[in-house]
Amino acid sequence: MIGVLVLIGALLSLISAIGVIRLPDVYTRLHASTKAATLGVMCILLALFLFFGLVDGYVSARILLAILFVFATAPVGGHLISRAAHNTGVSLWESSTQDDLRKKKTKKDLS
Amino acid sequence: MAIQIIINLIMAFTWMFLNNSWTFVSFLSGYVIGLGILYLVRGFFPKRFYFITFIAIIKLILIFIKELFLSTIQVVSQVLRPRLDIRPGIFAMDIDLKDDWEVTLLSCLITLTPGTLVVDVSPDSKTLYIHSLDLEDVNDEKRQIENSFIKAIQEVRA
Repeated sequence: MIGVLVLIGALLSLISAIGVIRLPDVYTRLHASTKAATLGVMCILLALFLFFGLVDGYVSARILLAILFVFATAPVGGHLISRAAHNTGVSLWESSTQDDLRKKKTKKDLS
Repeated sequence: MAIQIIINLIMAFTWMFLNNSWTFVSFLSGYVIGLGILYLVRGFFPKRFYFITFIAIIKLILIFIKELFLSTIQVVSQVLRPRLDIRPGIFAMDIDLKDDWEVTLLSCLITLTPGTLVVDVSPDSKTLYIHSLDLEDVNDEKRQIENSFIKAIQEVRA
């Protein structure tokens, strides 16, 4: 159980690294890096918590806090990076609809 | 809601004083008895019985964990496919949530659900601009999923 969790976490981290290399533009890379890596880190931390709790009998609340903090800060980081990229005019790869970009451009033209 | 929790805690401590036993078990039994009493007098409070809100929060967390796992599998399969078959795009989505914390919670949930990423929130916080990894076939589905998120958040609030 614990070993499986560690392996899943490591695999998810590896897959997110592969995704960062393979995916074409900033936004899709953020998809891979912020989320799969978050879940991977959370799996590893959970395995660590279970290991110390079940094997050593030592309940470490700090690991739970770390899970909570990773959980709360990762989406905000991804959101801010993507927003900064969009505001500085990084274009998308081959997008279907771009409501946001067009709206912002028209607003800038008007003002 | 907060005042009901405080009243419940005070009831639990009163129970401990009455029993003169200072253990976690007696605190827990006092809390449960206080919960029952609060349920009986729920008509006196302006807001609803707080345990319903508590259940709604737990339901939201469960929905979120389910979505996280389902869509992580989806993204992993998309990344590992030999030929990239994705169609990214940004779409606008109208939301009707009142408070700022609801919008923040919703955008955090959407961002942590792989496949979608909140790029921008409009200044009046009525529209979210969401970058989707695979827009072509998932757009309507995503809307449904986010409707379930929105519904769960509104249930927490109501």
